[in-house]
Amino acid sequence: MTLAPLFDVPVSALRRALDEKEISSVELANLFLDRIDAFNPGLNAFITVDRERTLVEARAADRRIARNEAGPLTGIPLAHKDVFCTEGVLTTCASKMLSNFVSPYDAHVVSLLKRAGAVSLGKTNMDEFAMGSSSETSYYGPVNNPWKIGHVPGGSSGGSAAAVAARLAPIATGTDTGGSVRQPAAFCGITGIKPTYGLISRYGMVAYASSLDQGGAFGASAGDCALLLSAMAGFDMRDSTSLDRPVEDYAAEIGTPASDPARPLAGLTIGVPREFFSVGLGDETHASIEDALAQYRALGASVRDVSLPNTRFAIPAFYVIAMAEASSNLSRFDGVRYGYRATKYADLVDMYCKSRSEGFGAEVQRRILTGTFVLSHGYYDAYYLQAQKLRRLIAEDFRRAFSECDLVAGPAAPMTAWALGAMGDDPVQMYLADIYTTPVNLAGLPGLSHPCGFDAAGLPIGLQLIGNYFSEARLLTAAHRFQQVTNWHLHRPAPIARANA
Amino acid sequence: MPLSNKQVGHLARLARLSITGDDVDVTRKQLDSIFVLITQMQAVDTTGIEPMSHPQELAARLREDAVTETDCRTAFQAIAPQAADGLYLVPKVIE
Repeated sequence: MTLAPLFDVPVSALRRALDEKEISSVELANLFLDRIDAFNPGLNAFITVDRERTLVEARAADRRIARNEAGPLTGIPLAHKDVFCTEGVLTTCASKMLSNFVSPYDAHVVSLLKRAGAVSLGKTNMDEFAMGSSSETSYYGPVNNPWKIGHVPGGSSGGSAAAVAARLAPIATGTDTGGSVRQPAAFCGITGIKPTYGLISRYGMVAYASSLDQGGAFGASAGDCALLLSAMAGFDMRDSTSLDRPVEDYAAEIGTPASDPARPLAGLTIGVPREFFSVGLGDETHASIEDALAQYRALGASVRDVSLPNTRFAIPAFYVIAMAEASSNLSRFDGVRYGYRATKYADLVDMYCKSRSEGFGAEVQRRILTGTFVLSHGYYDAYYLQAQKLRRLIAEDFRRAFSECDLVAGPAAPMTAWALGAMGDDPVQMYLADIYTTPVNLAGLPGLSHPCGFDAAGLPIGLQLIGNYFSEARLLTAAHRFQQVTNWHLHRPAPIARANA
Repeated sequence: MPLSNKQVGHLARLARLSITGDDVDVTRKQLDSIFVLITQMQAVDTTGIEPMSHPQELAARLREDAVTETDCRTAFQAIAPQAADGLYLVPKVIE
């Protein structure tokens, strides 16, 4: 057996190497920074990398390790989605509107990870204002999928997912409003988790749709996600929807030995919603999901049919609510206090209009316009209120399903990563790709995606697991047990993730 | 219910966006496609269903009525497009 290179080992192995002084945090940061230098030009996964700043953080981590004061993530490099505000560092949200925005403060998630001693490698590319499912709407150009250059990495957290898949970062933060962690994790062959709404503070996370936005974690395995998620979670006074409950140690929970090692998931009931296997699901994805479910049965879980009858209304309800909230949230960008201001304008209103139309990309403007429409007089009841009523029905579907099973499983997306530009000019084509992920955000439930196969073109397929509120430990444990007996999560996109920088 | 170019112009004014020329037609067609999608919702009878505005039924949290914020004006205005003497500058609105 050949030893895996240090850029491709679990975070727990990096922890051991740092604690036993086999490597310093500075050396580890340089290893990943060199990989970013070598491979990012082809991937465009990062918007901002600041080597000097990263090394300052790494040196501080080394001092902390030397004092034996290291926590689980001290000295571990990571990447932040560029939706998180980082003090003194450009925070663009992949928009021209914020292309000059050096944040004067840290997001809560960023400050928690700084306090934990994690070392930031930089800010990752994404769909503009997290509005997209392919990372193609970025002002900084599209992100490439490390498995196939010229294909999308999924979105909106495509830069974070691509960076982890290509081993340009061991772990990365993301956000998930309608699938933006789970779908890119699936498209890039890595593991991603979006926790229960309210578990991670939204303070300093540039707002898209406030009742749906939730931070999340990317890693090569459920184990790596568990470590990062524990460090990101926690009550924050500054987010009015932050939940005041104790932070769980997910890594410890998934490490708890099973009572029956031969059938470690005995007693777990997995519900398979028949609505997730209807028209539109690709054959290869379908087959891989069935194989994964057979594997879960072999691990001792029982698998049964459940029904989520309102699934087909999730996309229209989701987009109405998301666009309504977006039109309200994005009204703050007016060219007055920060961000882009047009250079030529006749008066104040003209300055607002020109700054916004020059600063926002086409997809963002479409969502603002649609949101403005559904909230306007005469249409509010028919669209916005109707969407909120469907949201209740979708949440009720899950409540009923969870009276019959512990977890719900299905595909994360109906297809694998498509070619850049393949979705064409009709925005709705891309919205339809969010069919399996948006219901989870509407209900506010936790969801996870882990790799479970490849299509004929060699592009990864992801299985989505959905849990009841606060069942993150159960989700991560199920995925961890799966990964202990399978190797889908150990496949790497050649040559990028195998080559040394 | 297809939109007219005039309605697109009205929405753009409400949203403080400037959409002109050929962009009006392109935008109208794309919004029409989105409206076909979201109009599917009308197929469901939701009489008597309570709208759900938020995943957690949370009451607004109260805190002590005490000063908690520090003055960050200088830092905040350092990134403003135009500021002077502690004020944000915009085009003149009162003649």
